[in-house]
Amino acid sequence: MLKTNARRWRHFYLDRLVQIFVYLAVLTVCAVFLWILVDLLRGGFAHLSWNFLIESPRDAGRAGGIGSILVSTMLILLVALGAALPLAWTTAALLAEYVPATSKFGMLVRYSLQVLAGVPSIVFGLFGNAFFSIYLGLGFSILSGGLTLACMLLPILVSTAEAGLRAVPDSYRLSAAALGMTRAATLIRLLLPIAAPALAAGLLLGIGRAVAETAALLFTSGYVDRMPGSLLDSGRALALHIFDLSMNVPGGDVPAYASALVLVAMLLCINIFAMQLVQSWQRRNTILE
Amino acid sequence: MNPNKPVTAQAISSKEGGFTLGPLQMGPACCDPEPVIEVENLSLRYGDKTALDKVTLDIYRGCITALIGPSGCGKTSFLSAINRLTDLIPNCVIGGHIRVDGQDIHTTESNVQALRQKVGMVFQKPTPFPLSIRRNLSLPLCEYGVTRRSEIDAISEQVLRDVGLWDEVCDRLDTTALALSGGQQQRLCIARALTLRPKILLMDEPCSALDPMASGVVEDLISRLQGHYTIVIVTHNLAQARRIANYAAFFWVKERAAGQLIEFGRCQHIFESPTDPLTAAYINGTRG
Ligand SMILES: Nc1ncnc2c1ncn2[C@@H]1O[C@H](COP(=O)(O)OP(=O)(O)O)[C@@H](O)[C@H]1O
Ligand SMILES: [Mg+2]
Repeated sequence: MLKTNARRWRHFYLDRLVQIFVYLAVLTVCAVFLWILVDLLRGGFAHLSWNFLIESPRDAGRAGGIGSILVSTMLILLVALGAALPLAWTTAALLAEYVPATSKFGMLVRYSLQVLAGVPSIVFGLFGNAFFSIYLGLGFSILSGGLTLACMLLPILVSTAEAGLRAVPDSYRLSAAALGMTRAATLIRLLLPIAAPALAAGLLLGIGRAVAETAALLFTSGYVDRMPGSLLDSGRALALHIFDLSMNVPGGDVPAYASALVLVAMLLCINIFAMQLVQSWQRRNTILE
Repeated sequence: MNPNKPVTAQAISSKEGGFTLGPLQMGPACCDPEPVIEVENLSLRYGDKTALDKVTLDIYRGCITALIGPSGCGKTSFLSAINRLTDLIPNCVIGGHIRVDGQDIHTTESNVQALRQKVGMVFQKPTPFPLSIRRNLSLPLCEYGVTRRSEIDAISEQVLRDVGLWDEVCDRLDTTALALSGGQQQRLCIARALTLRPKILLMDEPCSALDPMASGVVEDLISRLQGHYTIVIVTHNLAQARRIANYAAFFWVKERAAGQLIEFGRCQHIFESPTDPLTAAYINGTRG
């Protein structure tokens, strides 16, 4: 009697302890995020204005805004996604649907992607500079920056899409085959829609990394802060702008804070937008429960 | 083959919008049996494991043929060979001949898509796609070139009525099929197979994942399909086989051996006066 009581108390306290630790951990995570946000808001919010968003920087960024920087960032992102998405999703479909999971070829591709995923971004920058800028003669341009980013995004896009496709149960493939659907049609009409949330999640991760990238762009898209006239012009990405302002420009702290605030807001917007997209897609097509 | 082929089935075309359960497949189906699937010396191996050995069997048009026998005797393999789902299994080797409507299906020039249009399949576990009910039915149609919305809607409504699901789902065609109950899901799968207007339906234990009520509903549906479709159904429920089937085939597998067809005949004959002692033992529950 006494013994069971003691055990019950011990369980009770253990339960409480675990609960407290879990809450503490969650609280810490939230606190870190809030701290960053508050810090950014305090340092940069006063500097934000409509003009800041549309003007080009003057005096190395101390004055003016980030209009041209935003345009360059978007262009680099578009080039990167335009090059990486078709390549990555085709590769993922090949790996997940057409190559047996244990085949030598599949292993080789997966292994190369793993290695690629572990390469530091500065190395991508050096490679992009040597290959796109110098060897292909694209120079310091938005195009070489975007293509370098595309290489960097490949592993993450492929692995998320492949995992998403593999998570679709085989019974769907069998049913589709029994209905006379070809493999290609099964992939396009059935498996990709079912795996869409996974694809979207990978896309988000990719965009997040691309927008926040600095080192890979330093030697490829360059740091000219004028409004780019074409994809072959150099253009400075937002993250690079923040880096430059805070490291190389005395008195650039306030615009750096403001730019960082814009960057974080952009990431939040992209996230929310993509979530909405996935949700409406699911409502229309694939409500998984 | 029977010389007086049915013309009624062709007379109904989608253009007239007259897709229905339709007329009975030719003639007094079960009194004058005409084989629609002829299986001759079918052997089936997975790698070096033989699953079926020299099965010879005719499936009659418009009838329900029940395949019975213990687990692992090759019933699922037999069904998969008829619509060539075995193609998807890399190490599966097939010997012998299967003719559907007189055409050998395992020759190189035979068309898998045409075969699978003619031979529909329903699986043990209901497998509606995690899409809307409407999309579940339109997907196979798209594949066979039916793209007009009005036509797709008409066919969808017709097959849903055929399986008795229309009244239950007509106001939520655009919601996910996964929200349906198990029995409704299975009937949706049958409806999905019917969209392609198959002649033959293969059913692999269609009721065994369902509760008794839902199972009864699906069983009634299958009985109603008799005569309109040629049905081959695998079932572990002997009472059910007895209730709905016209013919029964008894498969058996010995330890470490291949599955074999032991006995085939009229359902009544198999259940009431089997010739093989193994069949008798299985029917009476003393073996298997
Ligand atoms: N994909 C497969 N690979 C290897 N062996 C298989 C495969 N599918 C079935 N088998 C084997 O073939 C035999 C027959 O299986 P199956 O046709 O599923 O029997 P049933 O449906 O009557 O239970 C079993 O011994 C099973 O282990
Ligand atoms: Mg089986």
